[in-house]
Amino acid sequence: MDLNYTPEQNAFRKEVREWLAANIPAEPLQSFDTAEGFEQHREWEKTLAKGNWGMVTWPKEYGGRGCNLIEWLIFEEEYYRAKAPLRVNQNGIFLLGPTLMEYGTPEQKERFISKMASGEEMWAQGWSEPGAGSDMAAIRSKAIRDGDEYVINGQKVWSTRAVFADWVFCIFRTDADSERHKGLSFVFVPLDAPGVTVRPIPQLDGLPGFAEIFFDDVRVPVSNRLGGEGEGWNIAMATAGFERGLMLRSPARFQETAKRLVSLYREHANDIMDLSIENAVVKSYMDAEAYALSTYQTASRLMKGGKIGSESSVNKIFWSELDQLMHETAMSILASRAELLPSSPNAGDVGEWLDGFMFAQSGPIYAGTNEIQRNIIAERLLGMPRK
Amino acid sequence: MDFTFTEDQLLFCESVKEFLQGEVTAESIRASWDTDTGRNSELWTQMVELGLTGMLVPEAYGGLGMNELDFILLAQECGRYALPEPLVETVLVATPLLASLADTDARCASLLEKIVSGEVMIAVGHAANNLVSDAHVADYLLLPKGDQVHLVPKDQVELIAEKSVDPSRRLFTVKWEGNDETCLASGAEGVALLAATLNRGALGAAAQMVGLAEQMVAMSVQYTTDRLQFGKPIGVNQALKHHMANCAVKTEFAKAPLYRAAYTVVQNPAHADFAVSHAKVVAGEAALLAAKNSIQSFGAMGYTWECDLHIWMKRSWALDKFWGHAGFHKNRLHQWLLNPNAKIGAEMTFGEQA
Ligand SMILES: Cc1cc2nc3c(=O)[nH]c(=O)nc-3n(C[C@H](O)[C@H](O)[C@H](O)COP(=O)(O)OP(=O)(O)OC[C@H]3O[C@@H](n4cnc5c(N)ncnc54)[C@H](O)[C@@H]3O)c2cc1C
Repeated sequence: MDLNYTPEQNAFRKEVREWLAANIPAEPLQSFDTAEGFEQHREWEKTLAKGNWGMVTWPKEYGGRGCNLIEWLIFEEEYYRAKAPLRVNQNGIFLLGPTLMEYGTPEQKERFISKMASGEEMWAQGWSEPGAGSDMAAIRSKAIRDGDEYVINGQKVWSTRAVFADWVFCIFRTDADSERHKGLSFVFVPLDAPGVTVRPIPQLDGLPGFAEIFFDDVRVPVSNRLGGEGEGWNIAMATAGFERGLMLRSPARFQETAKRLVSLYREHANDIMDLSIENAVVKSYMDAEAYALSTYQTASRLMKGGKIGSESSVNKIFWSELDQLMHETAMSILASRAELLPSSPNAGDVGEWLDGFMFAQSGPIYAGTNEIQRNIIAERLLGMPRK
Repeated sequence: MDFTFTEDQLLFCESVKEFLQGEVTAESIRASWDTDTGRNSELWTQMVELGLTGMLVPEAYGGLGMNELDFILLAQECGRYALPEPLVETVLVATPLLASLADTDARCASLLEKIVSGEVMIAVGHAANNLVSDAHVADYLLLPKGDQVHLVPKDQVELIAEKSVDPSRRLFTVKWEGNDETCLASGAEGVALLAATLNRGALGAAAQMVGLAEQMVAMSVQYTTDRLQFGKPIGVNQALKHHMANCAVKTEFAKAPLYRAAYTVVQNPAHADFAVSHAKVVAGEAALLAAKNSIQSFGAMGYTWECDLHIWMKRSWALDKFWGHAGFHKNRLHQWLLNPNAKIGAEMTFGEQA
């Protein structure tokens, strides 16, 4: 064990910090759940790509820097420290990207990864259906083979940023007679293909952060399938592992929030507060650190050839509940002003916390609900009886 | 000792509940969001005609001469139906404050009569809130300044409309000056009035939160019965049953403290602080937990604007912080409990007696 950064790692941190300081947009971008904000964020992705900072862990040939996981963590720390814009293409770069690296053909990698890395193509994830939420194996939308094409019919729902994205990666039933986990395939669909209808769904804040997608005889080439026909479930599980596990929510995001929470508390320490709020602030900070420590440990293990398994479920519960705690605590500190929207005349910086608080409500739901994660931990990690 | 509501209190509550059920629906609430004021004057007139605005107005001024305990169950129903109109604050906050001054101040007496008849509406400000709710539809505002209470006509204030996360709530920053003429009370009297106002506001918020919590749980129970996953209603899963059961436990143990608080405000207002703070804290916890566990039970559906749940969730988030946030009220409880002369112990549950 050696809990010191190497001189190279420190130099890398410095390089990231300097680049971000020189390149971060001076004005905060608008929400990426608006058309304008989405395009601003797309531009930012292009800026990142030009500096080869889009996905530092990717190989150089795909616009990355071939960084290891520790360097990735350092990059993330600097990224959140600098308050750089949120990653509008997270479904692409954090979820589909790693999956493509593992299962994609050379042609698919060439075609899709580079456009993802360059910030040209934004991705949405299309797995959930009205009847298939926690029970994803209940997927009914079909992609039926017709020569070199699939003909797609059905409906997806809750697809994040699909309103403005270019592509969606989906799981469809390619074997019409199959059931449950069998007969599913992982297929890419351009959102401007004939027969695709995207219906925006406003979220708690009123903005269309996700969408319903209808497929009506949509045709895509068979080469848009990732992995073998019928292997969709297994590939999806690998993607979900990335989602819950390491990539989607790096610790720095929560550590930065925890740090802001500490300053917020300091500013309001003279207001009438009770100890439970101070305790929650301290707990938030410690938990954010615990998440970072655990992630460094996992990253170190993975770099020595280890694998990530059910502990991704443990992570997902921890970060989502931590995020809730931090934002609930901030709301308690802001007290009677906590309910003010960012656009309210006297909201000041209160509104950012409110937005974060609302988003934190969804953390225990997306990427597999926390109830399902607890089932997985109890049954697969701890071996408790299933029936 | 009899810790039950009277037959009359229960019947009155039942009839108002039926009225609210018919008039205040998720659709009507959503429709109100798109109107200028967000308030329905016809609905207000109906409530006036039912005598609701005058419930706590002394009979001498044309009211029903009832008290906070008579109204507490109705306040709970206002929460259950997420009523946007400021009935709770009118009845529990504005009219008692005016009534305290009506015997010596003709303006207050006349305003009380006009609240009963529905001719005027009053908004009340308090240091605990920063913002004033429903100031835009009020004809007069009761506003604090240090130890003073002022009665200011709407045309003498400047209102800046703020935006709440709850589209039903209309909040305002109020700019005003006030003068000797607008000052109704000051010094010790002012301080006492403002303290009583805070307690009544907190009591009203607590009661609404109990109703909000119960309604969110009811919605979730329904949803988890109807929604199928893995070929079964999602509600068969113990995880969700426990989410709801935990809410039920919290809400149940918010009710008795709430009713004790209402009783104390009526019978012993000078010693109501701890009882009110207890009720406000636990009702807030119940409502926040119900919001959290309900959205969790609804899954992604609960995270949408289209799903009605957010009407109740957002009201809960707001009311938990209004009329004193949890930190403020817990602090009052700490101070009361840790005082070396605190009258505590089993025999003191209802205060010093006999
Ligand atoms: C902000 C947000 C973004 C999202 N983005 C995407 C996206 O980009 N692409 C996509 O495909 N999907 C997305 N989703 C959908 C997400 O994957 C689903 O919400 C999730 O899988 C749960 O499904 P559901 O919403 O249908 O809830 P349900 O499955 O109906 O669950 C409702 C409740 O029942 C519980 N429950 C269900 N089954 C069990 C069980 N067996 N044991 C215990 N409890 C159970 C759940 O835990 C939950 O509390 C998003 C969701 C949110 C909130």
